[in-house]
Amino acid sequence: MATPPRILYCHCAYARVVPPEVKTAVLERLGASQVELDAVPDLCEMAARGDARLRELASGAPLRIAACYPRAVRWLFAAAGAQLTEGTAQVFNMRTGSPEEIVEGLLRPCQTADATPPPSERKT
Amino acid sequence: MSISVPLKRRVLLVDGGSDAVDAARMQLVSALLERGHDVSCVRAERVVAGIEPPGQPVMIVGRFGGDAPVAPSPDVQFLDLDCVDPSSVLSAMEAAGNGPASDSAKPWKPWFPVIDYSRCTNCMQCLSFCLFDVYGVSADSKIQVQNQSNCKTDCPACSRVCPEVAIMFPKYRHGPINGDEVAAEDVRREAMKVDISALLGGDIYALLRDRSAKAKSRFSKERDDERALKERQNCLIALQRDLDVPAEVLAALPSADEIRLKSEAARARARQATENLLHWPAHRL
Repeated sequence: MATPPRILYCHCAYARVVPPEVKTAVLERLGASQVELDAVPDLCEMAARGDARLRELASGAPLRIAACYPRAVRWLFAAAGAQLTEGTAQVFNMRTGSPEEIVEGLLRPCQTADATPPPSERKT
Repeated sequence: MSISVPLKRRVLLVDGGSDAVDAARMQLVSALLERGHDVSCVRAERVVAGIEPPGQPVMIVGRFGGDAPVAPSPDVQFLDLDCVDPSSVLSAMEAAGNGPASDSAKPWKPWFPVIDYSRCTNCMQCLSFCLFDVYGVSADSKIQVQNQSNCKTDCPACSRVCPEVAIMFPKYRHGPINGDEVAAEDVRREAMKVDISALLGGDIYALLRDRSAKAKSRFSKERDDERALKERQNCLIALQRDLDVPAEVLAALPSADEIRLKSEAARARARQATENLLHWPAHRL
């Protein structure tokens, strides 16, 4: 059986660039789904600290990330010495995507993960 | 080099399996995140089976029927939602010695450049440009962000001088500096900006100094202090507009002499790094 993807949610707590209503809706929908997830206050801050958890997250199971622009997320991980593996990490952009499409992407079963991604999603 | 921040207590929120808890669960997650805590939502069986060593202090929040497990170490605490209302979790955590993650001081807004190495050509313009020693050079002569906390909040100026659009500020308002995909038009615009800079005789600080010197010269000839002041103001306004530099950063700029010394030193470091790279054995690249 395929390893279920790990879900990482970034709250972007120290800036107001992600619409609060999107963050709230994504969190509520994830809560309603009762899925396991890792939520962090701010990926930028973790990268600046060189947080070892970024390396642990990047090296483990397939990872789905709700955060901001995929290019920024990829290089934030890299700044902390963590390489997101191409094909196994997917980033969903809460700055541009709707809560519906973001949560749908985060919760999509692994078997269909290769389907055409919505505009807010890019594989790294 | 990375910034040093005290390790915060991570929260493991155990699936309550009850509508009452689920309704408040994500509000609690949001409140904890706002206070700087990492939160992992996990299933109850994971806690029964044993949580892996957390590597940082952890608070396990869940419904334990008034009989929370015994904590195996002081780094692990339990909070029983059958004894504490979910809305009181934050105050209960603080009462247990886990004060607000951000304490009384305003938390640092994580504002610093992030380099897209798939675009960076190691030209060192950012190193030469930044007056606040944010950039440095690695042992193998590659540009690096070394002092993130030196970066001036909301100032994206170094990304504006990058000819390859390789510098991002993820919390910036507009693309591609915020990490949005780089369009061909963005690259053309940056190339044009670099050409203009070259035509004007070098880096932007040189331009600033030259214009300032010209203004002073006119001042001495014409004894027109108002005109000199206006020239300087125009120059600063242009710099602020073109590079989107916040007014506070301009106000905090060092003196002209200090700028000259700093930019000369940075350029020397950049030159040295580039020369090192040229002489670096090919197999190490």
